[in-house]
Amino acid sequence: MTRVGLIRIAVIAAAVGALELACRLGFIRHQVIIPPSEMAEALYGLLAAGTINADIVRTLGVIGIVIVVSIVLGFAVGLVIHALPRVRQALDPFFATYYAVPIFIFYPVLIAIFGLSPMPIVLIGVATAVVAMIIATLNGLDRVPRVLTKVARVHRLGAFATAVRLQLPAAAPYLFTGVKLSVSYGFIAVIAAEFILSPAGLGRDISDAYTDFNNRRMYALILFLLLIATVVNSVLHVLDVRFAARRTGGRA
Amino acid sequence: MPRDVHAQLSAVTRVYPGAGNQPPVEALGPVDLELGKGEFFAVVGPSGCGKSTFLDVLAGLQTPSSGTVTFEGKPVRGEVPEGIGVVFQEDASFPWLTVWDNAAFGLRRNGVREAEVERRVDDALAFMGLKDFARAYPAQLSGGMRQRVCIARTLVLQPRLILLDEPFGALDAQTRLLMGDEVLRLWRNTGATVLLITHALDEAAMLADRVGAMSARPGRFIEIIETGWPNQRDSSIVSQAAFGEITGRLWELLRGESMKALGHQAISAAR
Repeated sequence: MTRVGLIRIAVIAAAVGALELACRLGFIRHQVIIPPSEMAEALYGLLAAGTINADIVRTLGVIGIVIVVSIVLGFAVGLVIHALPRVRQALDPFFATYYAVPIFIFYPVLIAIFGLSPMPIVLIGVATAVVAMIIATLNGLDRVPRVLTKVARVHRLGAFATAVRLQLPAAAPYLFTGVKLSVSYGFIAVIAAEFILSPAGLGRDISDAYTDFNNRRMYALILFLLLIATVVNSVLHVLDVRFAARRTGGRA
Repeated sequence: MPRDVHAQLSAVTRVYPGAGNQPPVEALGPVDLELGKGEFFAVVGPSGCGKSTFLDVLAGLQTPSSGTVTFEGKPVRGEVPEGIGVVFQEDASFPWLTVWDNAAFGLRRNGVREAEVERRVDDALAFMGLKDFARAYPAQLSGGMRQRVCIARTLVLQPRLILLDEPFGALDAQTRLLMGDEVLRLWRNTGATVLLITHALDEAAMLADRVGAMSARPGRFIEIIETGWPNQRDSSIVSQAAFGEITGRLWELLRGESMKALGHQAISAAR
């Protein structure tokens, strides 16, 4: 492990240790936050009992669907918009201000249309994450060197082959940024939507535990989501660093 | 005039439509040129005179506004024919592929058998002095080496007409001289016809059998100079008296045109 990695782990360990001490010494009341060791113990208990398995499958399944749909749809829409400059000019102001609009206000409307199924959550998730991917795709394609288009013509590549074999890999660093944002937005949107109004899922479970003053369960579930989000983002970070190292000759 | 005509441009012009209320821009021509099979032809001219447009039209990357372009007797119009390879001024290496995969790109695209791909790519990399860097990524190489990767990628396709669009423009003077030697070696070994676009008079004078001096925009050939160099030549000819005479003559031809071009630019900037 690198020195930077060690420092990173040390910072996390120090923060967790400080919280543990603060809780154990009574600086933070047990009714507010429980010690991290107790969170871990409670989470182990929940996982061992298997009582949250259905919620885990549901929530992570919905998050997975949201992420995949947002990435694929965002890339496809980005490609189309990039090829139509006038459409892009018309849509640019919407993209620029999109995240200033609280998309969640449409959640009740979606529930009225689709009921309490996972569909409104998927739609809210996709609506939250897809624009980040569209913007990243447009940014990426804007930065593909024009000379590569000439190279494609010299190699007599058609439009599809040019997009897949040259434009896509050339724009990959920007697309990867879109992927990372879509993953983050997907997580946030799904958990938040479950929190507000959903018959099941980890977000709903956390909300119920909070309403019942069941701190052990609430913090165990929060810890679980934190761990999952950390693992997913760490994997993406490692991939990002590896790709960047190739493109920059290790100077990333 | 060359005996076996490999490529020909007859009364070729290229006019770009004006943006908004601006008048159309006459970028090129009329240009007439016959490229002999296996000859090394260089084009020099002031900035913005239409040299790159000339190459694009010859390659089939742009359609001429009038006139005809032929390669091996067949018309070229808006599509790059098989047998033409182009190396651009900008770094056109693919940063996501290794040097080896960069060189193999066109062959794989054309569905060439893997054994043949390996043979041709290994040969091209050895020829360009990149054998030890086959597994490196372009970002790990210098600008000159990345340009050699692009040349190798062109070379493996065994083009019969190689078009070089200021390929050494971004390199320092010493590296340019050495790259010039490599291009001469490549030209002799492949037997291909080479057309080099350059702004460097010394480079054109050193490398080419004939040098076409282009006027300020719209670019036309004001004179074509035969250098008379032997086939077996290298960068050592820069110390010969004849080399100085050729570059001197080229500068004589282009000085006024360059000043005209500067005037154009000053007027454009003032607008």
